[in-house]
Amino acid sequence: MIRKFFAFRVFLLSAQLPLTVLAQSTQGSQGALDRTIVPALAKSSPFKLPVVERGSLANGVALQVIEHHALPLVHLTLVIDGGARLESGQPGLASFTARMLTEGAGSRDANALQGELGFLGANLGAAGGSETFTVQLNVAKQQLAPALDLLADVVLRPTFPSVNVKQQRDLRLSSILTRRDQPTQIAALAFSQLVLPAGYPGHNPSDGDSASTAALDSAAVRAFYERAFVPERAKFVVVGDVTETEMRALLAPRFGAWKHATAPLAILAVPAKPVANSAVKVYLADKPGAAQSVIIVGGPGADRTGPDYPAIVVMNTILGASFSSRLNTNLRETKGYTYGISSQFAWGPLPGPFAVSTSVRTNVTDSSLVEIFRELRDIRDRPVEQKELDRAKAYVALGVPGRFETNAGIAGQLTNLDLYGLPLSSTNGFVAKVNAVTLADVQRVAKQYIPAGSATLVIVGDLAKVRTGIEALKLGSITVLDVSTIAR
Amino acid sequence: MNVARRLLIGALLTAPALATAQGPKLSVPYTLDTLPNGLTVIVHEDHAVPIVTVNIWFHVGSGDEKPGRTGFAHLFEHLMFMGSQHAEYPSFDRLLEAAGANNNASTGNDVTDYYESGPSSALPLMLWLDADRMGWLTPTMDKPKVDLQRDVVKNERRQSVENRPYGLVEDHLPQAIYPAGHPYSWSVIGSMADLSAASVEDVKDFFRRYYAPNNATLVVAGDVKNAEVRALVKKYFTDIPRGPAITRPVPAPYVVRDTAMTLEDRVQLPQLQLVWHTVKEWAPDDAALDIAAAVLAGSRTSRLNQALVYSSNATATNVRARQDSKRLDGDFSITATARRGLGLDTLRAVIDATVKQLAADGPTARELQQAKNGYESQFLRRLENGRGVADQLNHYFYLNGKPDSFQADLDRYRAVTAADVKRVLKKYLEANRVMVSVVPIGKPELAAKKVIAQ
Repeated sequence: MIRKFFAFRVFLLSAQLPLTVLAQSTQGSQGALDRTIVPALAKSSPFKLPVVERGSLANGVALQVIEHHALPLVHLTLVIDGGARLESGQPGLASFTARMLTEGAGSRDANALQGELGFLGANLGAAGGSETFTVQLNVAKQQLAPALDLLADVVLRPTFPSVNVKQQRDLRLSSILTRRDQPTQIAALAFSQLVLPAGYPGHNPSDGDSASTAALDSAAVRAFYERAFVPERAKFVVVGDVTETEMRALLAPRFGAWKHATAPLAILAVPAKPVANSAVKVYLADKPGAAQSVIIVGGPGADRTGPDYPAIVVMNTILGASFSSRLNTNLRETKGYTYGISSQFAWGPLPGPFAVSTSVRTNVTDSSLVEIFRELRDIRDRPVEQKELDRAKAYVALGVPGRFETNAGIAGQLTNLDLYGLPLSSTNGFVAKVNAVTLADVQRVAKQYIPAGSATLVIVGDLAKVRTGIEALKLGSITVLDVSTIAR
Repeated sequence: MNVARRLLIGALLTAPALATAQGPKLSVPYTLDTLPNGLTVIVHEDHAVPIVTVNIWFHVGSGDEKPGRTGFAHLFEHLMFMGSQHAEYPSFDRLLEAAGANNNASTGNDVTDYYESGPSSALPLMLWLDADRMGWLTPTMDKPKVDLQRDVVKNERRQSVENRPYGLVEDHLPQAIYPAGHPYSWSVIGSMADLSAASVEDVKDFFRRYYAPNNATLVVAGDVKNAEVRALVKKYFTDIPRGPAITRPVPAPYVVRDTAMTLEDRVQLPQLQLVWHTVKEWAPDDAALDIAAAVLAGSRTSRLNQALVYSSNATATNVRARQDSKRLDGDFSITATARRGLGLDTLRAVIDATVKQLAADGPTARELQQAKNGYESQFLRRLENGRGVADQLNHYFYLNGKPDSFQADLDRYRAVTAADVKRVLKKYLEANRVMVSVVPIGKPELAAKKVIAQ
């Protein structure tokens, strides 16, 4: 199946609805249908945010439950603070440790464990991100209790068998090697390494590099696990066909006595925040024979918890986070240079980068850069139109209910806000703030957060064909990167 | 309807060891109407969240393309977003965004699928937009629009084929596994040369022939009232004229030629793909082939994962197996990527031995049950999403005229026995096949060797 371009990453976090946005019409005559009349938005049922019930286990582990009884399914997320912030110099250790949790636990080896999960029709997976660990379980309610037994084994009694550690390490080394085949990955790795300072979340790829991966062994993983998977940093978020009381009764015997074995690892202080360049810097990486050039342009992003967040979301919707955005309208829908282009702020507890990314036909690489920089300057220097502003605000605000359809969607909203210490009810305030964003706000945040004269620019493509054109643009200093160093 | 959704899965996953146990039947309530112009309208209410999906299937895909115009059905799909007489470009995306709604479309070998999804307040807007492009696309169609989306689609092709590791297999596999002239013997994305050749006249012809209401089915699913939806559909779609009846030749039976090909690509690790000719969707052996694929490669504990990826002398970094069945025909593929430094013939030998063993012994009761439970839980989770339900109603209607075939679909998987798995492996995989080796440039010696299938 082939999809029309669409996959925009969505940054909005939700909300209650403003009322009419689109009322271009009043109904015409009763006779022949006048097709030029754009239908007004109809009335619809009000959307209500789900209610969060809170509880805790004897050891203090917090529990948040959202009842959602549409289907007899339960979606559980265990979030543990830490993630890659605990790694201290061994990139990939956090995500590898999380990956190893399901490679043998309790009395079961990896096959027995995963065979049992498969038999229950349960999905259970663990991940280590830049700020947290997450363990997710998705299961039919009828199988919840036996699946929770397996979850408890995985979280509390992983075995880290040497043979499995070696297997997963070798698989990860293969996967690291194949990054070099993928221009989009090369560009993303280079961009993160260039924009984010060493030690900052996201500077290193979450699955590490080949040297750090080769050094992984069972002892190192176990030592890290014991000091990272600790109850004082853990909380459960459960969405589905259960109540808080039911869930607490199921979790208490399995997790209520969970204590840490050794003192938890300190969460590392962040050494330095990313800073903007003083001038544009261009980095090139060669992929001889590439049919397209992958382009990423960006810089340090913005603070998710700051007062500018709603205005930034609206501004970025106009710039590059919707199909009708300026970047996509220009480079795809007007020039035909690309299948799609988007811009995003990578939100996180610490500001992630802002980036415009696209793949363009090799022989329009330079022309594409001209247009991208034109749009970056334009959104800063000229007020957006009222129509654009209204559309972007409505798109953000009205799109909220759709994020509350599935258990995983609801859980995602809750856990994501929780990263910033925000309750689910803050969604309503967010929508109100979106609806209050003005033309002046958009221009102000564009000036503040969109790099034009200070951008970091990464281009991965066939340099023999594109380099001259890029140089002629005189955007800034040019450095050629080595692919095997970036994807190392 | 909450109730509907509950009922829907009442029978599922209650007793993993006893999947054949009788439970309440799954059912997704719907109404089905046919307008005088032939448009089929299916409505399903679900009031859990105030959102709605409009999903339209046009029964036309790349298989309907003329020689020299491969990729056209998909290019046409892009043109459906370029404005129509009363909703000129770029109002389609702009109006929907202003209503908080999303949209997308996809093209396959047989059908082209369009949807809008968003607040239920946007339903009239969605139907108005869809009606306008179904009835009045061509008055505003011109060469600049075709040229523009041609460029976009060529970029899509560069992104998904030329610039993607192993992507070039797409260009070579269809014509090897299907005989010349068969509707599946070329890729959906098509060739650059054919995309270049597409003209405005081609667009208008294709529209007249295939984009008529009698060749489409429309599903509305979500927080809506049935009577209101049917009234709106009637209002916007009734005066779209019926198109010509479509007849399609039925491809003649054929036998795949045993083929081995080697492609060189800018990749670090070689990849092997083995493909056999099987059966169409919902044919008697289709579900057993799906289950066979799951037993072979559907989980960590599956046969091929154990033999290739997780054994003490592992030779592969990953493996997958898939029965890909469509309206007319199907094929079964196994794809594995080698570990660094290994040639593909080693992998081929392990795959052949593993398939042969499973065909001889059949799956254990536990393996069979795990495969079925995995299938059922996926089936269930797909129904969490209203867009998925809407698409599935259209899919079932397309296949057999019965939108609510959820229970019947599940039943055909529940009925699969170990003997079925053995039988289909022997029947379809101990036969001629197409073997594709993708190797790093300059390393043809890493390709797998052709063997005569037994």
